[in-house]
Amino acid sequence: MSPVGFFVLAALAVASALGVVLNRNPVHGACALVAHLFLLAVFFVGLDAQLVGVLQVIVYAGAVVVLFLFVIMLLNLQADQRSMVSPPLVFAAAACVGALAVLISGGLREPEAAAGTALPQGYGETEELARLLFTRYALPFELTSLLLLVAIVGAVVLARKRG
Amino acid sequence: MELAIVAVKAVFILLLVLQVMGLGVFFERKVSALIQDRIGANRASILGFAGLGMINTLVADPVKFLLKEDVVPAGADRVLHFLAPCLAVIPLLVTFAVVPFGDVLVLGERVINLQAAALNAGLLYILAMASLGVYGVIIAGWASNNRWSLLGGVRGSAQMISYEIAMGLALVGTVLTWQTLDLQAIARAQGELLWGWLPAWGILYQPLGFVIFAVAGIAESKRIPFDLPESESELVSGYFTEYSGSKHLMFMMADFVEVVLVAVLVTTLFFGGWQLPWLARDGFHFPWGGSLLLPSVVVALLQVTSFAVKLIFFTWLQIVVRWTLPRFRYDQLMKLGWKGLLPLALVNVVLTALAILLWGEHVA
Amino acid sequence: MGLSALLFAIGVFGVLVRRNVIVIFMAIEIMLNAVNLAFVAIARHRGSMDGQVIVFFVMTVAAAEAAVGLAIIIAMFRNRETTNADELSSLRW
Repeated sequence: MSPVGFFVLAALAVASALGVVLNRNPVHGACALVAHLFLLAVFFVGLDAQLVGVLQVIVYAGAVVVLFLFVIMLLNLQADQRSMVSPPLVFAAAACVGALAVLISGGLREPEAAAGTALPQGYGETEELARLLFTRYALPFELTSLLLLVAIVGAVVLARKRG
Repeated sequence: MELAIVAVKAVFILLLVLQVMGLGVFFERKVSALIQDRIGANRASILGFAGLGMINTLVADPVKFLLKEDVVPAGADRVLHFLAPCLAVIPLLVTFAVVPFGDVLVLGERVINLQAAALNAGLLYILAMASLGVYGVIIAGWASNNRWSLLGGVRGSAQMISYEIAMGLALVGTVLTWQTLDLQAIARAQGELLWGWLPAWGILYQPLGFVIFAVAGIAESKRIPFDLPESESELVSGYFTEYSGSKHLMFMMADFVEVVLVAVLVTTLFFGGWQLPWLARDGFHFPWGGSLLLPSVVVALLQVTSFAVKLIFFTWLQIVVRWTLPRFRYDQLMKLGWKGLLPLALVNVVLTALAILLWGEHVA
Repeated sequence: MGLSALLFAIGVFGVLVRRNVIVIFMAIEIMLNAVNLAFVAIARHRGSMDGQVIVFFVMTVAAAEAAVGLAIIIAMFRNRETTNADELSSLRW
């Protein structure tokens, strides 16, 4: 990815994330979340993970946030008046979170020597991911389907009206 | 230079879609008139000249929309009200980037693949953009500050996400058959001949998949018989009641562009896309031995024409379906989506997998 | 990588600071996505597809969790008519 493109996209992603977190109106926040997820999908495609990027749009931006919007509309949430905790707590939270960010980015630094490895053929394509999913990670795959079944049943039971 | 070629291809497919959309409006008016045993809208006149009949109307209609006052209801969210039509139209238009409208065009030494963006996960990209189309509906319903619009919007988006699932699963059978997600590869693979003379179009391999996909596609674009979110006799205009002027035009455009999209996908996946029977890259090769060699530009032109003809046929078919069938009730609609199409699509996947296992040598 | 850490931090900030439970949920989604970004970046750095497989699973689990979480919120809202996290505190001492 070209550096200019990266910085522009990164700035937009951070802006939309801040938009989600700081917005008073939940519907605006959900729209900012869609923008954020779409920008991350663009990042994924730029990082040669095409299938994951497209799946991100289908699953996250296309289904999960629609679910959020449904719930917001069902509960008819309006813009909150007091949407955040008291200012001293906000300040403390920002300080702690800033420290957290510095710690994490320090720990995630990769050794520069591995930067030049060439990508194997077919990296990021559907076939490679499918091959891994059905051979090495077959057990987590099956367990995930069980998890989804439990989630579906749980969601239906929880949201059902009494009687 | 590469960028220029991609730009030309993108502009070409966009213009093709917009022209067919305009034709779609014309068909809508004329075909509906013929079905209902009347003449149709031919009263518009340009500077007193009414000779062209319905074509005058087609010019007058968009002009009328564009010149109308843009009314935003009181208490509505202005930003979202403005955003919703864009969110409805843009994902649908962007989908056409991965659609192949011809095989290759050989200009001198350059072999140009006639597809604006050759993604190797093209089919998934189309599903992704279709799932983004839900946002236009739901935000339009919410931003209108009108409880009937909200109702229409929520019903519409629930319908869209239900039928998205059936659409995706119907496509799984197609992917199993052609073993690729790239639309150009699928279109090319349909040029092979079964038993020496029958072009291997997708409908021969996936008849059930075609039916499921066509029904789910029509439901996704919220056309009759599935147009409860827009029900013209019940909810005024449903989720876009409060939109006037060019925003209304955007929603109408989204409707027709989706009709064209479903037609394009059905053509490419099940009816050979740009394939003309027995036409290969260098000319016709008939099964009875004769052959007719043609230059590459003529072949490309024939392929694009065949694509356009099939596209127009399926658009016309959807319009005929619209004016023939009555509307589904909402619970019937949901029942059809979840209890009818979804199990049927799963059965299709299982049957396709079994067929490939047993007769795998005959498949591309 | 720094971007992923920054996005994660923004998500944590959102969880700590907002009162509306649905916005807290959206902030959790931001955190999960930041982690996904880190995984994909590291996977590309090492040339191995395992990172993408993990991202696939994280996405699935997050979608399931969002569904169940929203169902819980709906059930709570039916009981108490509020989505303010300060008022949903009947389990506190």
